[in-house]
Amino acid sequence: MSDENTEYDPHSGVETTGHSWDGIKELNNPLPRWWLIVWYATIFWAVIYMILMPAWPALPGLGGTNTPGLLGKSDRAEVTKEVSAMRTERGVASQKLMSASLVEIQNDLNLQQFAMAMGESAFGDNCATCHGSGGRGAKGYPMLADDVWLWDGTLDGIEQTIRHGIRHDSDDLTRMSAMPAFGRDNLLTSTQIDDLVQHVLSFSDRQSNADSAARGSVLFASQCVSCHGADAKGSRLVGAPNLTDAEWLFGGEPADIRATVTNARNAHMPAWQGRLDDPTVKALAVYVHSLGGGE
Amino acid sequence: MNLISNTAKPANKGQQPPSLYEGRKQIYPKLAHGKFRMVKWIVMACTLGIYYALPWIRWQRGEGIPDQAVLADFAGEKFYFFFIEIWPQEIYYLAGLLILAALGLFLVTSLIGRAWCGYTCPQTVWTDLYIWVERAFEGDRAARMRLDKAPWTLNKAARKIGKHLVWLLIAFLTGGALILYWHDAPTIARTFFKGEAPLTAYFFAGILTFTTYFLAGWMREQVCTYMCPWPRIQGALTDDYALNVTYRYDRGEPRGALHKDQGFEGRGDCIDCKQCVQVCPMGIDIRDGAQLECIHCALCIDACDDIMKRVDRPTGLIAYDTDVAVATRAAGGTPKYKLLRARTILYGVLMIAISALILVGLAQKPTFQVSVLKDRSPPFVQLADGSVRNGYTLKIVNKATIARNAEISISGLDGAQLQIIGLAQPENGMEVQLPLEQYGVDRFRMLVTAPPTERPHRTSLVITIQDPETGETHTSTAAFVTAGAK
Repeated sequence: MSDENTEYDPHSGVETTGHSWDGIKELNNPLPRWWLIVWYATIFWAVIYMILMPAWPALPGLGGTNTPGLLGKSDRAEVTKEVSAMRTERGVASQKLMSASLVEIQNDLNLQQFAMAMGESAFGDNCATCHGSGGRGAKGYPMLADDVWLWDGTLDGIEQTIRHGIRHDSDDLTRMSAMPAFGRDNLLTSTQIDDLVQHVLSFSDRQSNADSAARGSVLFASQCVSCHGADAKGSRLVGAPNLTDAEWLFGGEPADIRATVTNARNAHMPAWQGRLDDPTVKALAVYVHSLGGGE
Repeated sequence: MNLISNTAKPANKGQQPPSLYEGRKQIYPKLAHGKFRMVKWIVMACTLGIYYALPWIRWQRGEGIPDQAVLADFAGEKFYFFFIEIWPQEIYYLAGLLILAALGLFLVTSLIGRAWCGYTCPQTVWTDLYIWVERAFEGDRAARMRLDKAPWTLNKAARKIGKHLVWLLIAFLTGGALILYWHDAPTIARTFFKGEAPLTAYFFAGILTFTTYFLAGWMREQVCTYMCPWPRIQGALTDDYALNVTYRYDRGEPRGALHKDQGFEGRGDCIDCKQCVQVCPMGIDIRDGAQLECIHCALCIDACDDIMKRVDRPTGLIAYDTDVAVATRAAGGTPKYKLLRARTILYGVLMIAISALILVGLAQKPTFQVSVLKDRSPPFVQLADGSVRNGYTLKIVNKATIARNAEISISGLDGAQLQIIGLAQPENGMEVQLPLEQYGVDRFRMLVTAPPTERPHRTSLVITIQDPETGETHTSTAAFVTAGAK
């Protein structure tokens, strides 16, 4: 290889690359043998790997996937297998969940621990988006850990709500009620609504204009008592909230109450039956009940 | 300025600079005879015996609990060592053990040098075993050197193949024995050969087989010299008084071959027979003084003593000694040996203290462990009647081998009501019986409700859990949070 143009470093006698940087030239030492061997071995291994494992993507004739490889490894198939293995493993406990009543689940500590673990993870995946982690709630989305329930706080009631949802149109057994939009639909005038708000404020012992509240009281008796009750404590039959306590799902400030009376609040919750399997629904009911508010 | 000349070929081309690389020279350690060789055989028998036999020892602990005396049970998340059980929550005992091992190493090093390296290190023990096999197939040093130089014959091939097969067998037994430590030994031994053992068992057995064969058969002394950090560290641990395998040059020099009619007048005792070099598994000459490579296996002492007896001189020309002592003797003084020094006393005291800590900890180890996790979301719940409730998750580890009941009670919060989901509401509102599963972890959901009074943002809630039969009590505190002012 050496010809007249090859340069040698006079100090070490080693060939140089001929490239000069600020007068310094690089010695053209051979690569260490062990390094070369490892390098060749990795190239060899890469070829074997390409043959055995899924490798080349987007080659023509593969329908947009990659070469499958001789070993037939597929991450997707493995995931499917693992998921079904997990289902089988959970099968026994899930069967127990199915055959036990909700009360039995809660009182059998082993079954309860299983249901709680299952419910907690299902809650995080499906419910926490609206109800918050731990069921802390948010404006418009009820807090599930306290003892205030619009519809039903028993184990069976909670299961019913999860299964069929609230105002979920495509489910016949869904919990249904509708508050009229008194302002938007011109059932009441703006002044009348003001009077009504003053009256509602007085339920929770807050300051209100006595004259206005007195006029509102008449309106309340004619328009609201059928659902909220004469004592304004609400009715679980129609999911009408108690107006005398400190809990306000959509806010308890006069402006909030005014907005509610004007436009009505008919919140929705989807029916989960069909989306979640039965053991998961039961586990969720036990979990939500155990958050603290269960009756 | 140009450091590299542009001439086509420099004049000194061909005059090679000194190479900075030296290839490995095969070492052919000769068999030594003597008391240190005997000690090494005994240590080898004991350490290998312990390694291979330990997993087979049974130890009854109770129904449904592994009965293997020494077991790292990864699936059950426990480590068993005879009467000791370590749960993952107590992994600090392992840290204590490691600290103890390190201090032990320091103590031994400051007393008698690298005794760990020379006698008990697995690399030394297995290399010694491999050399013993090599000797059985290929003969002692001279025969092995001849065989390696000889052309390939059927005999040579048979000896080499036989040696490697036995090496591989030992390697496999080594790797195979390791997996016995984290599975039930009889079960895994049966399933392993039926092909039914978990993949990890084959994987680790394979890895250990390979490393044993490669490190003890091929790498040998290079592991100690190039791969092991200990020779570097031990330089910081030795001092003038640490006994090391030492050539006593005050007695040995000037050395020279011994002629028949010549006595030992006016010369040293070293007859330059190089027996100390030939038996050395590290391939060094101890007469060059303390060296990084020396693992202090003391085989050169045996070899030299053997020769000294034959030439009718006192033994101990190479012996456990210190450089300072040798220098003192050379200057005509009487050397002093100090085994009790500040550092050896300190190591000893520290070892005793840590052992005591571990033992006291183990003796007083609680049979249950409690952790109280407060709900973070929501931090507290305001109930309709104005009272405040906090939710907690209780995790109770029952380390007893029987199922039992524990009493849980709360204090520190006036009028608070305790409720455990799934258990009957307590009559006095303060105490509940918790059924604890045998030898496992139980989770309970606990709700504490406080009546509506003005409360600070955070109150300390004391949770006491007691086994009414043994009286063992565990107290934890958790925060009780309200909307009150911070």
